[in-house]
Amino acid sequence: MRMISNIGKWLDRRLQLEAPIRDIAEHAIPRRSASWWYVFGSGALTVFILQIVTGTLLAFVYVPSAGEAWNSLQALNHQVTLGWFIRAVHGWGSNFMVAIVLIHMVQVFLFGAFKFPRELTWLIGVCLLLMTLGMAFSGQVLRFDQDAYWGLGIGASIASRTPLLGPYLVKLILGGPIIAGATLSRFFALHVFIIPGLLIASVSLHLFLVLKLGINDWPMPGRIVTKATYAKQYEDLLKVDGAPFFPYGIWKDMLFSSFILFAILACALFFGAFGPSGQPDPTIIQTVPKPDFFFRWIYALLALLPPSLETPALLLGPVVVIAVLVLLPFLAGEGEKSWRRRPMAVLSVILTALTLGMFTHLGQYSPWSPIMNAWSAQPTPEMFLHNRTALERKGAAVFQEKQCRNCHALGGSGGLRGPALDTVASRLTQDELIRQVLQGGGNMPAYRDNLTPPETTALVSFLATLHRPGQPPAYDASRSVVETSNSDAAGGHR
Amino acid sequence: MTTTDGTISRRGLIVKLGVLLNSAAALAFAIPIVRYLFEAFSRPDAKGYLSWISLGPTSQFPEGETRLATYRNPYVTPTDGRTADLPCWVRHIQAEQFQVFAINCAHLGCPVRWFAQSGLFMCPCHGGVYYRDGSRAAGPPERGLFTYDCKVEGGNLLIHAGELPTPGSPAAAVSQRKPLCA
Repeated sequence: MRMISNIGKWLDRRLQLEAPIRDIAEHAIPRRSASWWYVFGSGALTVFILQIVTGTLLAFVYVPSAGEAWNSLQALNHQVTLGWFIRAVHGWGSNFMVAIVLIHMVQVFLFGAFKFPRELTWLIGVCLLLMTLGMAFSGQVLRFDQDAYWGLGIGASIASRTPLLGPYLVKLILGGPIIAGATLSRFFALHVFIIPGLLIASVSLHLFLVLKLGINDWPMPGRIVTKATYAKQYEDLLKVDGAPFFPYGIWKDMLFSSFILFAILACALFFGAFGPSGQPDPTIIQTVPKPDFFFRWIYALLALLPPSLETPALLLGPVVVIAVLVLLPFLAGEGEKSWRRRPMAVLSVILTALTLGMFTHLGQYSPWSPIMNAWSAQPTPEMFLHNRTALERKGAAVFQEKQCRNCHALGGSGGLRGPALDTVASRLTQDELIRQVLQGGGNMPAYRDNLTPPETTALVSFLATLHRPGQPPAYDASRSVVETSNSDAAGGHR
Repeated sequence: MTTTDGTISRRGLIVKLGVLLNSAAALAFAIPIVRYLFEAFSRPDAKGYLSWISLGPTSQFPEGETRLATYRNPYVTPTDGRTADLPCWVRHIQAEQFQVFAINCAHLGCPVRWFAQSGLFMCPCHGGVYYRDGSRAAGPPERGLFTYDCKVEGGNLLIHAGELPTPGSPAAAVSQRKPLCA
């Protein structure tokens, strides 16, 4: 014990760090700010450190080469002792990191912590959010599998739409003419050197500002922030109701951090590592690429935006979002802090969360994607074939063979790209069915060149059987008139 | 650095010289570093990425059918592995008339799949659909499939390729003008 204390003294005689560390640990915070609401920043820092440790461990085995990366991930998963576990922790750590950073940001926003004098802290926080998302995307690329390969193609396609600079940006992202070795190498540099370096620097500055300016005071409705009076108010608050961060505040941070670490550990153990999915071999085209969870909402947006809005939304959307985040502390740097007196702030958080949540949910089951093997893997349910004529059954076969099922569901199975056809005959008359099949429209391809007249007749006679039970199929009243007059005319000739 | 009578002291001058020399050195390093990083911006076509590549004898592609073909990208680096093996769809219309489509959807680049029975290309990502001639049928794409320039030489089918086709790349626009190869 004595020896340790002596070594400590020897070191501090030279480093002289004891006093500044004590100052930092015991800096005064407003007593009410020692709250469970204030633990997300330190939680994010804990996960960040975990990511650095596990990321470094992965780099012991991972090979950043387009030819070898996938194999090295297989080795990590199956050969290296506990390689799968380190991958799982890094993967789950990344999900927790994004989630906690987002929650931290919402808390800061709702508690008005971005207001004077903490504008710069907020701005650096915005950069940290963007870098965290950059890490999540580049990390997905380093898991160099089919999703990563085609995801890069999507990234390049988006970048290519930039006016004038598009083609140059594509080559800048890819590092060459195609998605290949150079692409992975530059994403490795981004994920392992550039962004982490910037993150460490920005996190340090972020923390430095928190210490310098003090943690945000608990927002009280009616306690207005003004540039003239805030510093004095905060100082008085610390005098009246201040307490040292250690131990009054830190214990909640420590408990939350350990909770998060155990949660990541549990997820890693129970759910395991993410992928990799199939090999990054572009000639294997039997693949349905999907982005990772936190980018699913973009995937959904890209499928649902009208084509004419897509490019402007892709190019202007991020600019507008970043501009709003950057301008926020300057446009609303003073005034009420409490969310109880800021209904628009609460509404915008709810609206954003609902929007992102809804698009993420849609991205999860992607109803806009045709199910590529529905036509061969999901047979027509039996109930649609009972008591049908030979022609109608032939029509069911045509329906199956022409891949209609890839986009249309029957009996709850099949694609969701087009409407389910269980009761299509209740909506469309035979003539309308023929027109729709041959001419397409409403986001359906025209089949006139791919169906012979007998096939069309069979198909439509099958579709005409798909109506609600006990309800006749849709019928065009004028049809009987035409048919009668036709037969009259025919009879007249006889 | 300046003395009281306004002249520059010797040390002041040397410090300024130091700043100047280090700035010059920084610039000397910066120019090659920026050119290294932004190679794509300085000379986009100097490497000659595009060239004529053989997809093999035309007999591999039966008339009236659309088949998947693969080729090795003309520009490769040692670490490319299989990523330099690229697929494309070859449609043999008749005689020596061919159409060669890029695998990448004209929306955002996912791999489109050919369905011979319905004569459609379908994209698994956002549901883009194209007809057999590559024209847009449905879904979010604003245009038809990217088409490579192609020609038949000595019984082999050749395509002019080497770059990832993207909605904004000039190569994609050029090839759209000449869809059929004779």
